[in-house]
Amino acid sequence: MAKERIVIDPITRIEGHLRIELEADGGRIGNAWACATQFRGIERVLQGRDPRDAWAFAQRICGVCTGVHAIASVRTVEDAIKCKIPPCAELIRSLVSGMATLQDHVMHFYHLHALDWVDVMSALKADPAATSRLAASLSPWPNNSATWYREVQKRVADSAGGGLGIFAGGYWGHPAYRLPPEANLMALAHYLEALSWQREVIRLHTIFAGKNPHPNYLVGGMACSINLDNQIAINQVRLDEIAGMIDQARRFVLEVYYPDMLAIASFYPEYAAIGVSSPTLIATGESAYSCSGAPAGGVFPAGVLLDGNYGAAHPFEHKRIAEFISSAWYSQPEGDRQGLHPWQGRTEPHYTGPTPPFKELSDHPKYTWCKAPRYDGRAVQVGPNARILLALAQGHAETAQLAGEGLGKLKAGVEALNSTLGRTYCRALESVLLARRMDQWFAQLNDRIRSGDVATFNPELWEPANWPRQAQGMGFMEAARGTLSHWVEIENGRISRYQAVVPSTWNSSGRDPGGQMGPFEQALAGDGTHPLSDPKRPIEVLRTIHSFDPCESCAVHMVVPGGGGVEVKVQ
Amino acid sequence: MNDPPDGGWSRGETFLQFVRRRGVSRREFLSFCGRMAACFGAAAALPPGSRALAREMAGKLSAARRPSVIYLQLQECTGCLESLLRSGSSPIDRLVLEQISLDYNELLMAPSGDAAEAVLREASDRPHLLLVNGSVPLGQNGAFCTIGGDSAENLLRRAARKANAIMAVGACAEYGCVQAASPNLTGAVGVAQVITDRPVVNISGCPPIAETITATLTYYLAYGHTPPLDGMGRPLFAYGQRIHDKCPRRASFDAGQFAERFDDENARRGYCLYRLGCKGPATFAPCATVEWNLGQSFPIKAGHPCLGCTERDFYDRMTPFYRRLPGFVVPGLGVEATANTVGVAAVAASVGGVLVHSAATVIAKKRAKKAQPETLPLAVLGDTEKPARDEDQKT
Repeated sequence: MAKERIVIDPITRIEGHLRIELEADGGRIGNAWACATQFRGIERVLQGRDPRDAWAFAQRICGVCTGVHAIASVRTVEDAIKCKIPPCAELIRSLVSGMATLQDHVMHFYHLHALDWVDVMSALKADPAATSRLAASLSPWPNNSATWYREVQKRVADSAGGGLGIFAGGYWGHPAYRLPPEANLMALAHYLEALSWQREVIRLHTIFAGKNPHPNYLVGGMACSINLDNQIAINQVRLDEIAGMIDQARRFVLEVYYPDMLAIASFYPEYAAIGVSSPTLIATGESAYSCSGAPAGGVFPAGVLLDGNYGAAHPFEHKRIAEFISSAWYSQPEGDRQGLHPWQGRTEPHYTGPTPPFKELSDHPKYTWCKAPRYDGRAVQVGPNARILLALAQGHAETAQLAGEGLGKLKAGVEALNSTLGRTYCRALESVLLARRMDQWFAQLNDRIRSGDVATFNPELWEPANWPRQAQGMGFMEAARGTLSHWVEIENGRISRYQAVVPSTWNSSGRDPGGQMGPFEQALAGDGTHPLSDPKRPIEVLRTIHSFDPCESCAVHMVVPGGGGVEVKVQ
Repeated sequence: MNDPPDGGWSRGETFLQFVRRRGVSRREFLSFCGRMAACFGAAAALPPGSRALAREMAGKLSAARRPSVIYLQLQECTGCLESLLRSGSSPIDRLVLEQISLDYNELLMAPSGDAAEAVLREASDRPHLLLVNGSVPLGQNGAFCTIGGDSAENLLRRAARKANAIMAVGACAEYGCVQAASPNLTGAVGVAQVITDRPVVNISGCPPIAETITATLTYYLAYGHTPPLDGMGRPLFAYGQRIHDKCPRRASFDAGQFAERFDDENARRGYCLYRLGCKGPATFAPCATVEWNLGQSFPIKAGHPCLGCTERDFYDRMTPFYRRLPGFVVPGLGVEATANTVGVAAVAASVGGVLVHSAATVIAKKRAKKAQPETLPLAVLGDTEKPARDEDQKT
């Protein structure tokens, strides 16, 4: 059978615009190109602005990862002006980041990823009573009656009679779907329940940060004052509401998301060896960790796993990062082969691809708006699996215990965490850990309030007059999708340079000058064994791509052109 | 059924019930299907007037229950669609299972690639509602945003051709938002700057409040036409009043009680955030009335000044965000007079009653001039030149 060229565009159920081009032969993928097809140029917009405004611009890089860019931004500016924020503000930021990640992970699993594993049309054939028994055997979640599953079934069946809507054109009945009808119905019911759940729990953002998506942040702390004796401030009413939301979030993660993940995974064990990607992984801390300046270590220190040696964590050194443009539509004076540290880059968008409408991008050396960051020349995975593997390598007992149980049930070893199933499993696993952290952070916040320490803002460095004439800073954030860093230079109270190095840039990058593929591409075509049984219905490809939780608006960014001669700050 | 006789296609009603209510007899409906079948028959090389095809079409059309919606995402961050998912008045599950047939939306739909494109082609050829998130980058022949190998502009034009109504959801779709802020590298423009021969409803905000999006949609489904709009093309039910007019901190504004810095004693007492840069007095939005996330709260209530995100070009006109609005006398005695003067100017500038759409287009074109960061006048306050930047205007 001859090699076949296959284009999948749009890849749906992701954030942003992604196109995958493939070569396949006899049901196996031989080559792959990941093409990010949107560019916005937000970092350039930031040039010349007030650094205290930067979070509100940077946040709009993404509305799904909403908040993570804002946090990285205020951390970066606080690093530059050397502003420390009060403990209550730290705890509130942690709670806001934690809830964002929990909500993001659950929505990714049910609303962006589940339809790759769950056949909606099969769910309509399920026996509601048997579904109820199945659900009760897996979890104490009380919303599991046959009546409830019958109603879900009827709702979806009635709806399908008037147009399939979002389910139209799905790959229903594809032989790659393995769940029995009852498991499909249970997952479909949880898909709908998760829709209600997410809009309830995210109100934590509204209380502390005014709204969601795009909650408000503040250089120097958080804007929500705490005053137990005031109607409009954070008072006992609000704290009680927050307690309820954390409860509701934890319960859904422990009793619905995590058991569903394990149950569905048990039907697809071969995916623990499919989609193996770059064997080098980076994490700066646990999920939702953020910091001003170099990552100092939270629950576990920042680290790097090199070349598939998952037992030995190496220290993370930002100077080893270089970004390449040999496959991306940018130009730089140094030429296409030279990789540049984020603080040295001087690149401009320079489109050399075909004029739309076009048929193919990968027949050109440049085929994406996403640059190719490398660590010591290696393509790098970031995200939940990187965080879990780093935690394990550094002996974090709580992670080890939970991962041991989960991997035992899946009958897989630690190396399976670098796979399609592994990435998806680690997202659920870290949600369990994060739900526990939420309780801890909230207890600490209440302790602070009881002790009378209610400050949420440090006013000392608010005025630019109190800043150095020139300053540079960096901020890190373990966002839902992986390690995020923002970098700023300030001159005379204004931004002179701004950059973001984003999780999906690491993961969805194209080839570097040495021809090394980015992690999406390696996962699909690294060893020539990735299945693709029907190119018209590429469900196997969607499984692997969705396992990374791509965020393509985040992935594409550009380095602000600035004066040369910038010194890289030594950590 | 309580719908007015000229009401639109409402929830729970089949298409046949709808046309019967609109005074079309069953015989007329079948005859219509016969004529349609003839058209399709010709295209499909079937005998004209094929009875089988007419019967099949009548069956399908009469059973079709929900209006088709195409929801494009162009150059954007997905925040507007995330907002929609938070709606409490029309929860997303009810919306997509019972109220509309969401035939194309990249975030939620099951298929990818060819199958997704096929769904879009079919839906574009039927009558549908078109909702758009995101701007249209006109630079580089559209290469800054492509979907299925084609430019955002071409996609939008095709999807708009047979749309019964077009709604630009969010600031990107309205005028380009953050990527259109100076220097606008990609030439980003809004929907109304591409589709110039049709009315476009602007649901403003970065993002808009969920219920504002869903209610604009359900208003159309209930009444068969878009809601009355202001001079910027925004529904009056959401954008008819300033945040300032309904703000829970308004009493302290009127009394001259202000937070002087974040988290000071006055902030902890819930005083007005005007001196911290609040843009509520210049911003038409339902934040203080509908509030965010199931009516939980909104930025000013939660202690952060309003950024003015429902106002056009807010990234250039409302920045620096923490600078006090120009044009105000610091309230003390006579504060009511000041506030009222501002209010009158604002209403005159923005609310012209029901939209004459060409007026909105003219406004959009005027605004399309090259924006400079932080220097554009606040038209809503009656400014025509650069805002005052005297020393006491510093934060």
